[in-house]
Amino acid sequence: MDDLIAAIRIKGLRDGLLVSLPEGEWDDQSDALLTQIDGRQAFFQGARLALDVGSQVIRVNEMVELRDRLSERNVSLWAIISASAVTEQTAQLLGLATRVSKPRPEEQQSIDAGPVSQETALYVNRTLRSGTRIEFPGTVVVLGDVNPGAELVVHGSAIVWGRLRGAVHAGAAGDVEAVVCALEIVPMRLQIAGEVLQSSAEGVDTGPGMAAIRKGSIILEAWQPAGTGQT
Amino acid sequence: MTAEVITLSSGKGGVGKTTAVANIAVALAAEGVKVVCIDGDIGLRNLDVVLGLENRIVYDIVDVIEGRCKLRQAMIRDKHLPELHLIPAAQTRDKTAVSPSDMVRICNELRPDHDFVLIDSPAGIERGFRNAIAPADRVFIVTNPEVSAVRDADRVIGILEAEDKRGPSLIINRLNLTLVKQNDMLSAEDVLDLLGIPLIGIVPEDQSVIVSSNHGTPVAQDPRSRAGQAFRDIAKRIRGEEVPFLGADKQAGLWDRLQKMTGRR
Repeated sequence: MDDLIAAIRIKGLRDGLLVSLPEGEWDDQSDALLTQIDGRQAFFQGARLALDVGSQVIRVNEMVELRDRLSERNVSLWAIISASAVTEQTAQLLGLATRVSKPRPEEQQSIDAGPVSQETALYVNRTLRSGTRIEFPGTVVVLGDVNPGAELVVHGSAIVWGRLRGAVHAGAAGDVEAVVCALEIVPMRLQIAGEVLQSSAEGVDTGPGMAAIRKGSIILEAWQPAGTGQT
Repeated sequence: MTAEVITLSSGKGGVGKTTAVANIAVALAAEGVKVVCIDGDIGLRNLDVVLGLENRIVYDIVDVIEGRCKLRQAMIRDKHLPELHLIPAAQTRDKTAVSPSDMVRICNELRPDHDFVLIDSPAGIERGFRNAIAPADRVFIVTNPEVSAVRDADRVIGILEAEDKRGPSLIINRLNLTLVKQNDMLSAEDVLDLLGIPLIGIVPEDQSVIVSSNHGTPVAQDPRSRAGQAFRDIAKRIRGEEVPFLGADKQAGLWDRLQKMTGRR
């Protein structure tokens, strides 16, 4: 079972997440998928899922059941990609897509189920506009703004060389050491690990700042040239 | 002559796309260039009403696509401006009757004989929107100085960037300078600051726009209307003229900001 979970591949697409299931019995496959989702709730929250099931033949009731169990977890099943004509027909019957557009190179973020090294960061060289969601199991550096309606969910820290006005969740897997830095921090929502920044209207809204967890709650402070080192 | 295809889009509905298409088309045609407007809102057509051409429709764009008539037959000539034509949307069908490649084909057929093709995109970011932007050489984003409209505009700009469309330009519609001064409305500068794309027009709030839309005579034909002037200015800028922005002198800093934006391109 654990092997199955580890073999699930997740990839960012223009329209959602593409999840490829390893070979196996359907019951094991779907359980592995759900376990994976339960284990990384913040990452999958509100996601649109395209499921690549290989040559697996899935019956209507099985597909319906999976769709329901996914929607209980606030994940919407949007497409089933299959090499089996039967499965494809079943998916179409349920109004699911059976083709997904190829990911564009710049938006394609291959995310393996395994942890990413602390030294690795994803570099995003553009403004994240409303409707964009970037998830990454490490640190993300954005050269540009994070606009209202955009979301950044990262297991490490979020560093924005621009204005942070969207939603950000750093340390999404529970890392309380994670920080959020931006040239201007006026977020719609700012979370680090399990903490939520209260009253974001106050605080640093004009200059560069950094948010970090201090004594159990998030503190937002202006960036100072000296003594910025995180403790 | 090779027409430039310009699509007006917004994401959010009700911000004034159709009004803007009608008025820019009228202003362009009044300068003597050949313009075709395409109503991309299949099933909810209203560009014909705003242009005052609703009772002249015989064929529509779906008839062209499905081969029931020639493209020429579906083009309705304007009552006053001989250089302006409208290709109406079908009222009884939905957007699945048209595909992005149909739109590209129709626009390519129009290109040799016209200067501009203006496409009125439906609200939303689904099929109808995809159809409308498929043939576009340029896209104008229409927005109001409201948080929700700006949020949707931002989303649409993000989609266009992902589609590798040439950088879109912005039309800020229904700006009320009195409200801006009282800090009750986003200023043009606030909107530009967030969206970060070049500006092509600021249209002030003007009651005559609604009145003239109902009469089917776009306000761009009214020399006294301030909104009409703003649309005529947009038409001039489309043709490459440099026209100062209306009310720019009243907003400190805006002009500097605009120049910065143009410099950034």
